[in-house]
Amino acid sequence: MSSASIILRRRFLSGGLALTAVVALSACGAKTDAAGSSDEAAQADVSGDTVKVGLLNSLSGTMAISEVTVRDSLKLAIDEINASGGVLGKKIQPISEDGASDWPTFAEKAQKLIKEDRVAATFGCWTSASRKAVKPVFEKNKSLLFYPVQYEGLEQSPYIFYTGATTNQQIVPALDYLKSKGLKKLYLVGSDYVFPRTANKIIQAYAKANGMTILGEDYAPLGSTEFSTIANKVKAAKADAVFNTLNGDSNVAFFKEYKSAGLTAKSLPVVSVSIAEEEVKSIGSQYLAGQLTAWNYYQTTAGAANEKFVKAYKAKYGEDKPTSDPMEAAYTSVYLWKAMVEKAKSFDPEKVKAASDGITFDAPEGEVTVDGATQHLYKTARIGEIGTDGLIKEVWDSGKPIEPDPYLKGYSWASDLS
Amino acid sequence: MNPLKGSLRPVAGFAGAAVLLFAVAPLALTDFRLGLLAKYLCTAMVAVGICLAWGRGGLLTLGQGVFFGLGGYAMAMHLKIADAGPGNLPDFMQLYGTATELPWWWRPFANPAFALAATVLLPMAVAALLGLFVFRRRVKGAYFAILSQALAAAFAIWLIGQQATTGGTNGLTDIQGFFGYDLDDPVNQRTVYFIIAAALLALIALARQLIHSRYGELLVAVRDSEERVRFLGYDPANVKLVAYVVAAGMAGLAGALFVPAVGIISPAMIGIVPSIEFVIGAAVGGRASLVGAVLGAIGVVWAKTALSEEFPAAWTYFQGLLFIVALAFLPGGLASLAGMLRRRRARQRKATVVAVGEAA
Repeated sequence: MSSASIILRRRFLSGGLALTAVVALSACGAKTDAAGSSDEAAQADVSGDTVKVGLLNSLSGTMAISEVTVRDSLKLAIDEINASGGVLGKKIQPISEDGASDWPTFAEKAQKLIKEDRVAATFGCWTSASRKAVKPVFEKNKSLLFYPVQYEGLEQSPYIFYTGATTNQQIVPALDYLKSKGLKKLYLVGSDYVFPRTANKIIQAYAKANGMTILGEDYAPLGSTEFSTIANKVKAAKADAVFNTLNGDSNVAFFKEYKSAGLTAKSLPVVSVSIAEEEVKSIGSQYLAGQLTAWNYYQTTAGAANEKFVKAYKAKYGEDKPTSDPMEAAYTSVYLWKAMVEKAKSFDPEKVKAASDGITFDAPEGEVTVDGATQHLYKTARIGEIGTDGLIKEVWDSGKPIEPDPYLKGYSWASDLS
Repeated sequence: MNPLKGSLRPVAGFAGAAVLLFAVAPLALTDFRLGLLAKYLCTAMVAVGICLAWGRGGLLTLGQGVFFGLGGYAMAMHLKIADAGPGNLPDFMQLYGTATELPWWWRPFANPAFALAATVLLPMAVAALLGLFVFRRRVKGAYFAILSQALAAAFAIWLIGQQATTGGTNGLTDIQGFFGYDLDDPVNQRTVYFIIAAALLALIALARQLIHSRYGELLVAVRDSEERVRFLGYDPANVKLVAYVVAAGMAGLAGALFVPAVGIISPAMIGIVPSIEFVIGAAVGGRASLVGAVLGAIGVVWAKTALSEEFPAAWTYFQGLLFIVALAFLPGGLASLAGMLRRRRARQRKATVVAVGEAA
C-alpha cells in the first residue's frame, strides 16, 4: 500500500470525526429553536390590511385543462369580494401554486402555502389522490382546505370543507333516475383510479339491493385512448345503460369508439359523472348529444345568481368559455368561507369551523347550506341531457337540497361498504 | 504532479459538503425549506446510482423509479402497519378493501428489521434477476432502456390496479410515525433530514471507492469496449450486473428515506415520467462525474420547485429542453464545462504563444 493511500485513510477518519461532531452540534441547535417554530407553524398572517389565501390547482400536467378553470373561477370570486370591500375589512390576496398533476408536489405546495405564505385558508385540489396527499398536511398544521369537486365520499377530515357533491348527492340520485326509467341492466366503465373504483363499489351494492344487474365492469388506465375492446364488450353485453366514470381525455376516445360501434343515446344511453360543459366542448357535442350527466349545477341552471355568475365569468375570461359544476362549487366555496369568517369575526380556522354550521349561500346552483357535522353541503342533485349546442339541459332534479351523507349511513344497502 | 494533491481534493470537497449539509443548511433554512432539501437529497441519492450505472457503466437506466418505488413502498408499508397499531388494518384498506386481515405479502413488513432490509435488498434482488436475464442475453443500448421503461410503466399500472392493497393512485399517504417517533414534530423532521444527508454522503463515498477501484476501471472498459473486455477474459455481464444492482439498492434506499421526509409514496413517483426525471438531473450535471450527477440532480429538482412557483406552465418544456441541450451539446454535463473551457483556453494560449513565437 502506498504512503499516499495511508494518509488518505487517516484523513477520512479525521474527517469522519469532524463530521460526527458537526452532526451532534447541529442536532442540539435544532432542538432549541424548533420548539418555538412549531407553535407558530400554522398561524395565518392577518396582521396587514390584506389576508392571504392559497389557490392550489394543477396548472401543468394532465389535470391542468380542468383545474385551470377552477382556479379562474376562484379568482373571479375573490375579485368580486374585493370589489365589494373584502372580508372583515381586509382585501383577499390570492397566492396561486401549481400542483403539477403530481401528488407529492401537492403536499409540498400545501406546506409552502401554510408555512411560508401563512394563508388563512386554501382552495383547490381536484383528484382524490391530490386531496389524500394534502389531507395530512392541513390536519397537522390545523389549516383549512376548501375542496370543490364531487368525489367518492367515505371521508370527513376536520380541516377540509367539501363543497362538491358526495356520493348520495350525485351517484345515488343518478341510479334512482335510471331505476325510475326502468333501465336495470348496467355496464360500468371507468378510469383506473380511486373515484371510479369506489363509485362502482357503491353502484354494485345499490344494484344488489334494488334488483338491478351489473353486466360488466371495465377500467382503462388514466389517459388511455384505446376503447375498441371496451365498446365492443359493452355492445355484446346487451345492457340497458352504461354508467361512465371515465375521466379527462379518455372520454373523447370512448365516445368516438361508442359511436362507431353503432351505439347511440337512444339505443344505449350513457350516464356520465365526470363530463361537464368544459369536457363536452373538447369531446365534441356531436358524439354526446342525447347522453346523460349527473351533477348539481349546469350553465343552464335557472336563477338570478347563476345568470350573474355566468355573465361575470364570460366577461372576465371570454364569451366562448362555459361554466361547469366544479367551477361553480369553487366559486361558491370562497363566498362560504367569507360568510363563515364574518360570522366567526375571525380568520382563526377553529373559530371559522365552529361558525360553519348552518351557513347558507344563494349559489348559482341554488341555495346551499353548510352541514357543520360533516363539513359537506346540502346540495340539489340534477340529471342533465347534453344538447347539440354543447350545453346541458336539466331533465330531472331532486326538488330540494339533499343532506350530505359521505359514509352513506342512511342507506341500508351500503352498510358493509366501509 | 504531487500524488497527495490529487487525493486531498475529494476529501476537502467531502468535508465541505458535510459542513454545508449538517451545519449551514439547518441554520440557514426554515423547517419547510429544509424539508424540501431532504426531498432533493433523496433524488441525489438516486443520481449517485445513475452515475455509476449509466455514467460509468453505460447502462441507460430509464427505470430507476421502480427501485425507488420498491424501497419507498417497503418502508411505507411498515410505517402504515405501525401507524394502524397491532390488530388493525391500515386506514385505506378499511376504506377500499373487504379483507379483514392483512394480505399475506404485507405481513412480513410488520417486522421493522425485515422492512428495513427489504428497502435495499428487494430492489437489489429485482435488479439482479432482471440484470441476469438481460445482460446474459447481451441486451444493451436502447433495448435495455426500453425494457427498464416498460418495467416502470408495468409496476405503476399494477400498483394502481390493486387499490385495496396498495392504495391505488393515491398511494400510501398520511404516514404519522417513523419507528416510534412522531413525524409531526419538527425536531424529528430535522432528524430525518440528517439521516438523509448522512446516507447521501455515505453513498457518495461508497460510489467513489467503487469508481476508483479496479472494478471501476473494468466498468468503464466495458462501457467503452465491451467486446475487448470479453476477449481479455472478463465477463462483461457480471461487471454490468454489479453496477446495476448497486444503483438499484441506492434508489431503494432513497425511496425508503423519501417516505418519512415527504410522508407519501405513490405510483406518481414510479412511472415513466419520474424515472426520466431522475436521469435528467444526472445528465444535466454530468453523468460520469459523481459531483456533477449529484449537484445536477439537486439543481434540477430545485429549479422545478422554484420555476414552477413562478412559471408553472413553462416548466415542463424547460425541463425537456434542458435534457436535449445537455445530451446534444454537452454530453458530459455541466461538470465537463470547466474542463472544456480550460482546454479551450489552453489551446488559445498555445495558439498565441505560437503566433508570438512566429512574429518574433
